[in-house]
Amino acid sequence: MKKLLTLALAAVLAVSALAGCRASQKGGTVSTDGSTSMEEVIGALSEAFMEKNDGVNVTYNPTGSGSGIQAVSEGRCDIGLSSRALKDEEKQSGLTETKLALDGIAVIVNPANGVSDLTLEQIAGIYTGEIKNWKDVGGNDAEIVVIGREAGSGTRDGFESITKTEGDCKYRQELTSTGDVITTVSSNPDAIGYASLSAVSDKIKALKVGGVAPSETTVKDGSYVIQRPFMLITKEGKELSAAAQAFFDFCLSDDAAQYLSGAGVVSVK
Amino acid sequence: MKKNKKQALETAVHGLFLLLGLITVGCVLLITVYLIISGIPAIWKIGLINFLFGKTWESTANPPSFGILPFILTSVYGMAGAIVLGVPVGFLTAVFLSKVAPPKIKATVQAAVGLLAGIPSVVYGLVGMLVLVPGIRAVFHIPDGSGLLAAIVVLAIMILPSIVNVSITALEAVPKEYEDASLALGATPVETYFRVSVPAAKSGIAAAVVLGVGRAIGEAMAVMMVAGNAVNMPSLFQSVRFLTTAVASEMSYSGGLQRQALFSIALVLFLFIMLINAALNFFLKRRGEE
Repeated sequence: MKKLLTLALAAVLAVSALAGCRASQKGGTVSTDGSTSMEEVIGALSEAFMEKNDGVNVTYNPTGSGSGIQAVSEGRCDIGLSSRALKDEEKQSGLTETKLALDGIAVIVNPANGVSDLTLEQIAGIYTGEIKNWKDVGGNDAEIVVIGREAGSGTRDGFESITKTEGDCKYRQELTSTGDVITTVSSNPDAIGYASLSAVSDKIKALKVGGVAPSETTVKDGSYVIQRPFMLITKEGKELSAAAQAFFDFCLSDDAAQYLSGAGVVSVK
Repeated sequence: MKKNKKQALETAVHGLFLLLGLITVGCVLLITVYLIISGIPAIWKIGLINFLFGKTWESTANPPSFGILPFILTSVYGMAGAIVLGVPVGFLTAVFLSKVAPPKIKATVQAAVGLLAGIPSVVYGLVGMLVLVPGIRAVFHIPDGSGLLAAIVVLAIMILPSIVNVSITALEAVPKEYEDASLALGATPVETYFRVSVPAAKSGIAAAVVLGVGRAIGEAMAVMMVAGNAVNMPSLFQSVRFLTTAVASEMSYSGGLQRQALFSIALVLFLFIMLINAALNFFLKRRGEE
Protein backbone atom coordinates (compact mmCIF):
# COMPACT_ATOMS: atom_id res chain seq x y z
CA MET A 1 0.00 0.00 0.00
CA LYS A 2 2.71 2.37 1.06
CA LYS A 3 4.78 1.44 -1.95
CA LEU A 4 1.85 2.09 -4.24
CA LEU A 5 1.32 5.47 -2.69
CA THR A 6 4.98 6.36 -3.13
CA LEU A 7 4.83 5.27 -6.76
CA ALA A 8 1.71 7.32 -7.39
CA LEU A 9 3.30 10.32 -5.75
CA ALA A 10 6.46 9.93 -7.82
CA ALA A 11 4.35 9.71 -10.98
CA VAL A 12 2.46 12.88 -10.08
CA LEU A 13 5.72 14.66 -9.37
CA ALA A 14 7.24 13.53 -12.65
CA VAL A 15 4.20 14.68 -14.61
CA SER A 16 4.10 18.05 -12.89
CA ALA A 17 7.82 18.47 -13.51
CA LEU A 18 7.27 17.80 -17.20
CA ALA A 19 4.36 20.21 -17.26
CA GLY A 20 6.60 22.84 -15.71
CA CYS A 21 9.18 22.31 -18.44
CA ARG A 22 6.69 22.70 -21.21
CA ALA A 23 5.39 25.95 -19.80
CA SER A 24 8.77 27.60 -19.70
CA GLN A 25 9.71 26.36 -23.14
CA LYS A 26 6.78 28.14 -24.75
CA GLY A 27 8.05 31.41 -23.32
CA GLY A 28 5.93 34.33 -22.27
CA THR A 29 7.45 35.58 -19.06
CA VAL A 30 6.02 38.10 -16.62
CA SER A 31 8.62 39.49 -14.27
CA THR A 32 7.60 41.07 -11.01
CA ASP A 33 9.98 42.73 -8.58
CA GLY A 34 9.57 44.38 -5.22
CA SER A 35 8.02 44.15 -1.76
CA THR A 36 9.01 41.13 0.31
CA SER A 37 5.72 41.45 2.21
CA MET A 38 3.84 40.62 -0.95
CA GLU A 39 5.57 37.29 -1.44
CA GLU A 40 2.58 35.23 -0.34
CA VAL A 41 0.08 37.27 -2.34
CA ILE A 42 2.08 37.19 -5.55
CA GLY A 43 2.92 33.53 -4.98
CA ALA A 44 -0.76 32.60 -4.75
CA LEU A 45 -1.76 34.76 -7.70
CA SER A 46 1.03 33.64 -10.02
CA GLU A 47 0.46 29.99 -9.18
CA ALA A 48 -3.22 30.29 -10.05
CA PHE A 49 -2.43 32.29 -13.16
CA MET A 50 0.19 29.85 -14.43
CA GLU A 51 -2.21 26.99 -13.89
CA LYS A 52 -4.81 28.66 -16.09
CA ASN A 53 -2.40 29.95 -18.71
CA ASP A 54 -0.21 27.18 -19.89
CA GLY A 55 3.07 28.49 -21.20
CA VAL A 56 3.33 31.69 -19.21
CA ASN A 57 5.91 31.96 -16.50
CA VAL A 58 5.56 34.53 -13.72
CA THR A 59 8.74 35.34 -11.84
CA TYR A 60 9.04 37.21 -8.57
CA ASN A 61 12.13 38.92 -7.24
CA PRO A 62 11.80 39.85 -3.56
CA THR A 63 13.91 42.99 -3.31
CA GLY A 64 11.76 45.39 -1.30
CA SER A 65 9.26 48.06 -2.32
CA GLY A 66 11.88 50.71 -3.10
CA SER A 67 13.94 48.45 -5.35
CA GLY A 68 10.80 47.20 -7.08
CA ILE A 69 9.70 50.74 -7.92
CA GLN A 70 13.22 51.49 -9.13
CA ALA A 71 13.25 48.34 -11.25
CA VAL A 72 9.98 49.11 -13.02
CA SER A 73 10.98 52.69 -13.74
CA GLU A 74 14.22 51.44 -15.30
CA GLY A 75 12.33 48.81 -17.27
CA ARG A 76 14.06 45.90 -15.57
CA CYS A 77 10.75 44.22 -14.77
CA ASP A 78 7.18 44.24 -16.06
CA ILE A 79 5.30 44.96 -12.87
CA GLY A 80 6.70 46.52 -9.72
CA LEU A 81 5.34 45.51 -6.32
CA SER A 82 5.07 48.05 -3.55
CA SER A 83 3.61 47.77 -0.06
CA ARG A 84 3.28 51.55 0.21
CA ALA A 85 1.65 54.24 -1.91
CA LEU A 86 3.90 55.96 -4.43
CA LYS A 87 5.52 59.20 -3.34
CA ASP A 88 4.67 62.32 -5.35
CA GLU A 89 8.06 62.48 -7.06
CA GLU A 90 7.74 58.85 -8.06
CA LYS A 91 4.36 59.58 -9.62
CA GLN A 92 5.81 62.57 -11.44
CA SER A 93 8.54 60.39 -12.91
CA GLY A 94 5.83 58.58 -14.85
CA LEU A 95 4.78 55.67 -12.67
CA THR A 96 1.21 54.56 -12.02
CA GLU A 97 -0.02 52.64 -9.00
CA THR A 98 -2.93 50.24 -8.99
CA LYS A 99 -4.26 49.10 -5.64
CA LEU A 100 -4.26 45.31 -5.50
CA ALA A 101 -5.24 44.63 -1.90
CA LEU A 102 -5.09 45.87 1.67
CA ASP A 103 -3.02 44.27 4.35
CA GLY A 104 -4.39 44.66 7.88
CA ILE A 105 -2.12 43.96 10.85
CA ALA A 106 -3.85 43.03 14.09
CA VAL A 107 -2.33 43.90 17.47
CA ILE A 108 -2.96 40.91 19.69
CA VAL A 109 -2.97 40.17 23.41
CA ASN A 110 -3.87 37.23 25.60
CA PRO A 111 -7.64 36.75 26.09
CA ALA A 112 -7.06 37.06 29.86
CA ASN A 113 -5.76 40.61 29.37
CA GLY A 114 -8.22 43.27 30.55
CA VAL A 115 -7.08 45.82 27.97
CA SER A 116 -9.03 45.74 24.73
CA ASP A 117 -8.60 49.17 23.20
CA LEU A 118 -5.41 51.18 22.62
CA THR A 119 -4.59 54.23 20.56
CA LEU A 120 -1.92 54.11 17.87
CA GLU A 121 0.29 56.33 20.09
CA GLN A 122 -0.06 53.94 23.01
CA ILE A 123 0.88 50.99 20.81
CA ALA A 124 3.91 52.86 19.51
CA GLY A 125 4.81 53.76 23.13
CA ILE A 126 4.62 50.13 24.20
CA TYR A 127 6.81 48.97 21.34
CA THR A 128 9.46 51.64 21.85
CA GLY A 129 9.60 50.90 25.57
CA GLU A 130 8.14 54.20 26.82
CA ILE A 131 5.17 52.37 28.29
CA LYS A 132 6.42 49.39 30.25
CA ASN A 133 3.47 48.42 32.43
CA TRP A 134 -0.06 47.41 31.56
CA LYS A 135 -1.43 49.62 34.33
CA ASP A 136 -0.35 52.70 32.36
CA VAL A 137 -2.84 51.80 29.65
CA GLY A 138 -5.64 50.67 31.92
CA GLY A 139 -4.68 47.08 32.63
CA ASN A 140 -3.26 45.10 35.54
CA ASP A 141 -0.02 45.97 37.29
CA ALA A 142 2.22 43.75 35.17
CA GLU A 143 5.21 44.29 32.95
CA ILE A 144 4.39 44.29 29.25
CA VAL A 145 6.13 41.53 27.29
CA VAL A 146 6.70 42.86 23.78
CA ILE A 147 6.66 40.19 21.08
CA GLY A 148 7.58 40.88 17.47
CA ARG A 149 8.89 39.34 14.29
CA GLU A 150 12.46 38.99 13.04
CA ALA A 151 14.27 41.78 11.19
CA GLY A 152 13.31 41.73 7.52
CA SER A 153 9.87 40.25 8.04
CA GLY A 154 7.14 41.94 5.99
CA THR A 155 4.73 42.06 8.90
CA ARG A 156 7.33 43.72 11.12
CA ASP A 157 8.24 46.14 8.40
CA GLY A 158 4.56 47.01 7.89
CA PHE A 159 3.80 47.35 11.58
CA GLU A 160 6.83 49.48 12.32
CA SER A 161 6.28 51.78 9.36
CA ILE A 162 2.61 52.39 10.25
CA THR A 163 3.31 53.00 13.94
CA LYS A 164 6.44 55.01 12.99
CA THR A 165 8.66 52.97 15.28
CA GLU A 166 11.17 51.77 12.68
CA GLY A 167 14.36 50.68 14.35
CA ASP A 168 13.22 51.84 17.80
CA CYS A 169 11.27 48.79 18.88
CA LYS A 170 12.51 47.09 22.03
CA TYR A 171 11.45 43.50 21.61
CA ARG A 172 11.50 40.92 24.39
CA GLN A 173 11.12 38.19 21.83
CA GLU A 174 11.68 38.13 18.09
CA LEU A 175 9.94 35.12 16.60
CA THR A 176 10.16 33.85 13.07
CA SER A 177 6.57 33.02 12.22
CA THR A 178 3.05 34.27 12.76
CA GLY A 179 2.19 30.95 14.38
CA ASP A 180 4.98 31.33 16.96
CA VAL A 181 3.81 34.85 17.82
CA ILE A 182 0.24 33.65 18.36
CA THR A 183 1.34 30.64 20.44
CA THR A 184 3.53 32.82 22.63
CA VAL A 185 0.88 35.49 23.14
CA SER A 186 -1.75 32.86 23.90
CA SER A 187 0.44 31.37 26.62
CA ASN A 188 1.49 34.61 28.34
CA PRO A 189 -1.18 36.92 29.84
CA ASP A 190 1.17 39.91 29.77
CA ALA A 191 2.31 39.60 26.17
CA ILE A 192 1.49 41.82 23.22
CA GLY A 193 2.23 40.94 19.62
CA TYR A 194 1.20 41.63 16.05
CA ALA A 195 0.09 39.34 13.27
CA SER A 196 -1.58 39.43 9.91
CA LEU A 197 -5.33 39.98 10.25
CA SER A 198 -6.09 36.64 8.64
CA ALA A 199 -4.20 34.77 11.37
CA VAL A 200 -6.35 36.06 14.23
CA SER A 201 -8.10 33.22 16.05
CA ASP A 202 -10.00 32.87 19.32
CA LYS A 203 -6.81 31.72 21.08
CA ILE A 204 -5.87 35.39 21.27
CA LYS A 205 -7.63 38.74 21.41
CA ALA A 206 -7.23 41.35 18.68
CA LEU A 207 -7.14 44.85 20.16
CA LYS A 208 -9.29 47.70 18.95
CA VAL A 209 -7.13 50.55 17.73
CA GLY A 210 -8.61 53.94 18.56
CA GLY A 211 -11.95 52.24 19.17
CA VAL A 212 -12.05 50.36 15.87
CA ALA A 213 -11.90 46.57 15.86
CA PRO A 214 -9.89 45.05 13.02
CA SER A 215 -11.99 43.25 10.42
CA GLU A 216 -12.22 43.05 6.66
CA THR A 217 -14.86 45.78 6.68
CA THR A 218 -12.94 48.24 8.83
CA VAL A 219 -9.74 47.64 6.85
CA LYS A 220 -11.60 48.21 3.59
CA ASP A 221 -13.26 51.46 4.68
CA GLY A 222 -10.00 52.71 6.15
CA SER A 223 -11.25 53.20 9.72
CA TYR A 224 -8.82 50.56 11.07
CA VAL A 225 -5.51 52.36 10.78
CA ILE A 226 -2.88 49.63 11.04
CA GLN A 227 -3.10 48.71 7.41
CA ARG A 228 -1.19 49.34 4.25
CA PRO A 229 -1.91 48.97 0.56
CA PHE A 230 -0.32 46.43 -1.73
CA MET A 231 0.26 48.18 -5.04
CA LEU A 232 1.05 47.06 -8.55
CA ILE A 233 3.36 49.61 -10.14
CA THR A 234 3.52 50.15 -13.88
CA LYS A 235 5.11 52.73 -16.14
CA GLU A 236 2.82 55.23 -17.76
CA GLY A 237 2.75 55.13 -21.55
CA LYS A 238 4.69 51.90 -21.73
CA GLU A 239 2.58 49.04 -22.98
CA LEU A 240 2.84 45.78 -21.09
CA SER A 241 3.59 42.59 -22.98
CA ALA A 242 0.54 40.45 -23.71
CA ALA A 243 1.42 38.03 -20.95
CA ALA A 244 2.09 40.80 -18.44
CA GLN A 245 -1.16 42.55 -19.30
CA ALA A 246 -3.05 39.27 -18.88
CA PHE A 247 -1.47 38.74 -15.45
CA PHE A 248 -2.18 42.33 -14.45
CA ASP A 249 -5.85 41.96 -15.43
CA PHE A 250 -6.06 38.62 -13.67
CA CYS A 251 -4.76 40.13 -10.43
CA LEU A 252 -7.56 42.70 -10.46
CA SER A 253 -10.29 40.33 -11.61
CA ASP A 254 -13.05 38.95 -9.42
CA ASP A 255 -11.49 35.51 -9.75
CA ALA A 256 -8.38 36.71 -7.95
CA ALA A 257 -10.29 37.72 -4.83
CA GLN A 258 -10.31 34.18 -3.45
CA TYR A 259 -6.52 33.88 -3.82
CA LEU A 260 -6.06 37.24 -2.15
CA SER A 261 -8.11 36.28 0.88
CA GLY A 262 -6.34 32.91 0.87
CA ALA A 263 -3.05 34.79 1.19
CA GLY A 264 -4.41 36.73 4.16
CA VAL A 265 -5.12 40.14 2.64
CA VAL A 266 -8.32 42.06 1.98
CA SER A 267 -9.33 42.45 -1.62
CA VAL A 268 -10.26 46.01 -2.61
CA LYS A 269 -13.24 44.75 -4.60
CA MET B 1 39.37 -16.82 -17.16
CA LYS B 2 37.05 -17.09 -14.18
CA LYS B 3 39.68 -15.63 -11.97
CA ASN B 4 40.04 -12.64 -14.28
CA LYS B 5 36.34 -11.99 -14.14
CA LYS B 6 36.39 -12.16 -10.40
CA GLN B 7 39.27 -9.74 -10.30
CA ALA B 8 37.49 -7.30 -12.59
CA LEU B 9 34.44 -7.39 -10.32
CA GLU B 10 36.67 -6.82 -7.34
CA THR B 11 38.25 -3.78 -8.97
CA ALA B 12 34.86 -2.43 -10.00
CA VAL B 13 33.51 -2.71 -6.47
CA HIS B 14 36.64 -1.06 -5.12
CA GLY B 15 36.17 1.76 -7.60
CA LEU B 16 32.54 2.16 -6.58
CA PHE B 17 33.40 2.36 -2.92
CA LEU B 18 36.13 4.87 -3.65
CA LEU B 19 33.66 6.98 -5.62
CA LEU B 20 31.10 6.92 -2.82
CA GLY B 21 33.79 7.85 -0.33
CA LEU B 22 34.87 10.72 -2.55
CA ILE B 23 31.28 12.02 -2.68
CA THR B 24 31.30 12.44 1.09
CA VAL B 25 34.69 14.12 1.07
CA GLY B 26 33.56 16.26 -1.86
CA CYS B 27 30.48 17.45 0.07
CA VAL B 28 32.58 18.48 3.03
CA LEU B 29 35.06 20.27 0.80
CA LEU B 30 32.27 21.98 -1.13
CA ILE B 31 30.61 23.26 2.03
CA THR B 32 33.92 24.41 3.50
CA VAL B 33 34.99 26.25 0.38
CA TYR B 34 31.54 27.76 -0.13
CA LEU B 35 31.34 28.97 3.47
CA ILE B 36 34.80 30.50 3.34
CA ILE B 37 34.17 32.23 0.02
CA SER B 38 30.80 33.62 1.08
CA GLY B 39 31.79 34.34 4.67
CA ILE B 40 35.02 36.27 4.13
CA PRO B 41 33.73 39.36 2.21
CA ALA B 42 31.49 40.63 5.03
CA ILE B 43 34.22 40.12 7.63
CA TRP B 44 36.54 42.04 5.32
CA LYS B 45 34.05 44.91 4.98
CA ILE B 46 33.03 45.04 8.63
CA GLY B 47 36.50 44.36 10.03
CA LEU B 48 37.38 41.24 11.98
CA ILE B 49 37.58 43.00 15.34
CA ASN B 50 34.31 44.90 14.84
CA PHE B 51 32.62 41.74 13.69
CA LEU B 52 33.79 39.37 16.42
CA PHE B 53 33.83 41.81 19.33
CA GLY B 54 31.11 44.29 18.39
CA LYS B 55 28.30 44.30 20.90
CA THR B 56 25.46 45.59 18.74
CA TRP B 57 23.72 43.73 15.96
CA GLU B 58 21.28 45.90 14.04
CA SER B 59 21.31 44.37 10.60
CA THR B 60 18.40 46.32 9.14
CA ALA B 61 19.05 49.67 10.83
CA ASN B 62 20.49 52.59 8.95
CA PRO B 63 23.49 52.52 9.21
CA PRO B 64 23.58 48.84 10.17
CA SER B 65 25.94 47.42 12.74
CA PHE B 66 27.17 43.87 12.71
CA GLY B 67 28.74 42.81 16.00
CA ILE B 68 28.34 39.17 16.92
CA LEU B 69 29.88 39.06 20.39
CA PRO B 70 26.43 38.58 22.00
CA PHE B 71 25.82 35.57 19.74
CA ILE B 72 29.21 34.01 20.43
CA LEU B 73 28.91 34.44 24.19
CA THR B 74 25.32 33.17 24.18
CA SER B 75 26.35 30.06 22.26
CA VAL B 76 29.25 29.41 24.62
CA TYR B 77 27.16 30.00 27.76
CA GLY B 78 24.25 27.98 26.42
CA MET B 79 26.54 25.10 25.58
CA ALA B 80 28.28 25.27 28.95
CA GLY B 81 24.95 25.35 30.76
CA ALA B 82 23.65 22.38 28.82
CA ILE B 83 26.82 20.46 29.68
CA VAL B 84 26.60 21.35 33.38
CA LEU B 85 22.99 20.12 33.51
CA GLY B 86 23.17 17.29 31.01
CA VAL B 87 26.50 15.59 31.69
CA PRO B 88 25.95 14.56 35.33
CA VAL B 89 22.49 13.20 34.52
CA GLY B 90 23.62 11.44 31.37
CA PHE B 91 26.82 10.09 32.92
CA LEU B 92 25.15 8.71 36.02
CA THR B 93 22.41 7.20 33.90
CA ALA B 94 25.10 5.46 31.87
CA VAL B 95 26.83 4.12 34.99
CA PHE B 96 23.51 2.88 36.32
CA LEU B 97 22.50 1.24 33.07
CA SER B 98 25.80 -0.45 32.32
CA LYS B 99 26.69 -1.62 35.84
CA VAL B 100 23.77 -1.64 38.25
CA ALA B 101 20.46 -1.95 36.42
CA PRO B 102 18.73 -5.31 36.08
CA PRO B 103 18.42 -6.34 32.40
CA LYS B 104 14.70 -5.54 32.14
CA ILE B 105 15.04 -2.00 33.44
CA LYS B 106 18.14 -1.52 31.31
CA ALA B 107 16.25 -2.51 28.16
CA THR B 108 13.35 -0.19 28.96
CA VAL B 109 15.48 2.82 29.82
CA GLN B 110 17.72 2.29 26.81
CA ALA B 111 14.68 2.15 24.55
CA ALA B 112 13.45 5.41 26.09
CA VAL B 113 16.84 7.04 25.55
CA GLY B 114 16.81 5.86 21.95
CA LEU B 115 13.39 7.40 21.50
CA LEU B 116 14.63 10.66 22.99
CA ALA B 117 17.35 10.71 20.35
CA GLY B 118 14.80 10.25 17.59
CA ILE B 119 12.46 13.11 18.53
CA PRO B 120 12.75 15.91 15.95
CA SER B 121 14.14 19.15 17.33
CA VAL B 122 11.05 21.13 16.36
CA VAL B 123 9.06 18.97 18.77
CA TYR B 124 11.50 19.78 21.57
CA GLY B 125 11.00 23.42 20.68
CA LEU B 126 7.24 23.20 20.68
CA VAL B 127 7.06 21.42 24.01
CA GLY B 128 9.54 23.95 25.38
CA MET B 129 7.40 26.79 24.11
CA LEU B 130 4.13 25.43 25.49
CA VAL B 131 5.31 23.88 28.77
CA LEU B 132 8.80 25.00 29.72
CA VAL B 133 8.55 28.73 28.96
CA PRO B 134 5.26 29.28 30.85
CA GLY B 135 6.67 27.03 33.60
CA ILE B 136 9.82 29.14 34.04
CA ARG B 137 7.65 32.24 33.99
CA ALA B 138 5.49 30.89 36.84
CA VAL B 139 8.32 29.44 38.94
CA PHE B 140 10.59 32.49 38.87
CA HIS B 141 7.82 35.13 38.77
CA ILE B 142 9.27 36.92 35.76
CA PRO B 143 7.23 38.54 33.00
CA ASP B 144 8.45 36.18 30.30
CA GLY B 145 9.95 32.71 30.59
CA SER B 146 11.76 32.53 27.28
CA GLY B 147 15.50 33.10 27.35
CA LEU B 148 18.84 31.51 28.06
CA LEU B 149 17.59 29.26 30.89
CA ALA B 150 14.82 27.75 28.77
CA ALA B 151 17.31 27.14 25.96
CA ILE B 152 19.80 25.50 28.34
CA VAL B 153 17.16 23.12 29.70
CA VAL B 154 16.02 22.13 26.21
CA LEU B 155 19.62 21.63 25.05
CA ALA B 156 20.49 19.60 28.16
CA ILE B 157 17.65 17.18 27.39
CA MET B 158 18.62 17.05 23.73
CA ILE B 159 22.23 16.05 24.41
CA LEU B 160 21.30 13.33 26.93
CA PRO B 161 20.97 10.47 24.41
CA SER B 162 24.40 10.94 22.87
CA ILE B 163 26.04 11.24 26.29
CA VAL B 164 24.25 8.17 27.67
CA ASN B 165 24.84 5.97 24.64
CA VAL B 166 28.49 6.78 24.12
CA SER B 167 29.24 6.52 27.86
CA ILE B 168 27.56 3.11 28.05
CA THR B 169 29.68 1.84 25.18
CA ALA B 170 32.81 3.13 26.90
CA LEU B 171 31.88 1.64 30.28
CA GLU B 172 30.98 -1.72 28.81
CA ALA B 173 34.32 -1.89 27.04
CA VAL B 174 36.15 -1.93 30.41
CA PRO B 175 37.59 -5.45 30.85
CA LYS B 176 35.67 -7.42 33.44
CA GLU B 177 38.95 -8.53 35.03
CA TYR B 178 39.59 -5.01 36.32
CA GLU B 179 36.32 -4.96 38.18
CA ASP B 180 36.72 -8.52 39.44
CA ALA B 181 40.15 -7.69 40.78
CA SER B 182 38.83 -4.62 42.57
CA LEU B 183 35.95 -6.56 44.10
CA ALA B 184 38.27 -9.36 45.13
CA LEU B 185 40.46 -6.85 46.96
CA GLY B 186 37.48 -5.88 49.09
CA ALA B 187 36.16 -2.77 47.37
CA THR B 188 32.40 -2.32 47.37
CA PRO B 189 30.59 -2.36 44.00
CA VAL B 190 30.05 1.42 44.06
CA GLU B 191 33.72 2.03 44.86
CA THR B 192 34.62 -0.30 42.02
CA TYR B 193 32.40 1.58 39.50
CA PHE B 194 33.75 5.00 40.35
CA ARG B 195 37.38 4.14 41.16
CA VAL B 196 38.03 1.48 38.54
CA SER B 197 35.44 1.36 35.74
CA VAL B 198 34.97 5.09 35.24
CA PRO B 199 38.71 5.97 35.19
CA ALA B 200 39.30 3.13 32.76
CA ALA B 201 36.57 4.50 30.49
CA LYS B 202 37.43 8.16 30.93
CA SER B 203 38.51 8.95 27.40
CA GLY B 204 35.31 7.41 26.05
CA ILE B 205 33.26 9.47 28.47
CA ALA B 206 35.17 12.57 27.44
CA ALA B 207 34.27 11.77 23.84
CA ALA B 208 30.62 11.57 24.90
CA VAL B 209 30.83 15.02 26.45
CA VAL B 210 32.44 16.50 23.36
CA LEU B 211 29.75 14.92 21.20
CA GLY B 212 27.16 16.57 23.44
CA VAL B 213 28.93 19.91 23.06
CA GLY B 214 28.80 19.53 19.30
CA ARG B 215 25.10 18.83 19.32
CA ALA B 216 24.38 21.68 21.72
CA ILE B 217 26.27 24.31 19.77
CA GLY B 218 24.79 23.27 16.43
CA GLU B 219 21.13 23.12 17.42
CA ALA B 220 18.96 25.86 15.94
CA MET B 221 15.30 25.01 15.65
CA ALA B 222 14.44 24.08 19.23
CA VAL B 223 16.53 26.93 20.59
CA MET B 224 14.91 29.46 18.29
CA MET B 225 11.50 28.62 19.70
CA VAL B 226 12.39 29.10 23.37
CA ALA B 227 15.27 31.59 23.52
CA GLY B 228 13.35 34.75 22.62
CA ASN B 229 15.85 35.77 19.91
CA ALA B 230 16.27 39.40 20.90
CA VAL B 231 19.92 40.45 20.77
CA ASN B 232 21.18 40.74 24.35
CA MET B 233 24.32 39.86 26.20
CA PRO B 234 23.69 36.45 27.78
CA SER B 235 21.98 36.41 31.14
CA LEU B 236 19.87 33.59 32.50
CA PHE B 237 16.43 35.20 32.22
CA GLN B 238 17.14 37.47 29.27
CA SER B 239 15.97 36.91 25.75
CA VAL B 240 19.08 35.83 23.81
CA ARG B 241 20.16 34.89 20.32
CA PHE B 242 22.56 32.03 19.53
CA LEU B 243 24.96 31.83 16.55
CA THR B 244 22.70 29.26 14.93
CA THR B 245 19.48 31.18 15.47
CA ALA B 246 21.07 34.42 14.27
CA VAL B 247 21.61 32.77 10.89
CA ALA B 248 18.31 30.92 10.79
CA SER B 249 16.04 33.76 11.85
CA GLU B 250 17.25 36.39 9.39
CA MET B 251 18.30 34.35 6.38
CA SER B 252 14.92 34.15 4.67
CA TYR B 253 14.49 37.88 4.02
CA SER B 254 18.07 39.07 4.05
CA GLY B 255 19.97 40.77 1.26
CA GLY B 256 23.27 42.51 0.56
CA LEU B 257 25.75 42.93 3.36
CA GLN B 258 23.26 41.51 5.89
CA ARG B 259 23.18 38.23 4.00
CA GLN B 260 26.95 38.15 3.67
CA ALA B 261 27.27 38.79 7.40
CA LEU B 262 24.96 35.85 8.08
CA PHE B 263 27.32 33.67 6.06
CA SER B 264 30.18 35.02 8.16
CA ILE B 265 28.32 33.97 11.31
CA ALA B 266 27.91 30.52 9.77
CA LEU B 267 31.65 30.48 9.12
CA VAL B 268 32.38 31.30 12.76
CA LEU B 269 30.00 28.56 13.85
CA PHE B 270 31.68 26.17 11.43
CA LEU B 271 35.09 26.94 12.92
CA PHE B 272 33.68 26.28 16.40
CA ILE B 273 32.38 22.91 15.30
CA MET B 274 35.65 22.04 13.56
CA LEU B 275 37.41 22.76 16.82
CA ILE B 276 35.02 20.51 18.70
CA ASN B 277 35.47 17.75 16.16
CA ALA B 278 39.24 18.03 16.47
CA ALA B 279 38.86 17.63 20.22
CA LEU B 280 36.63 14.60 19.70
CA ASN B 281 39.18 13.00 17.40
CA PHE B 282 41.88 13.67 19.96
CA PHE B 283 39.94 11.85 22.69
CA LEU B 284 38.97 8.96 20.47
CA LYS B 285 42.53 8.51 19.30
CA ARG B 286 43.77 8.47 22.87
CA ARG B 287 41.22 5.81 23.68
CA GLY B 288 42.47 3.77 20.76
CA GLU B 289 46.03 3.94 22.06
CA GLU B 290 45.12 2.93 25.60
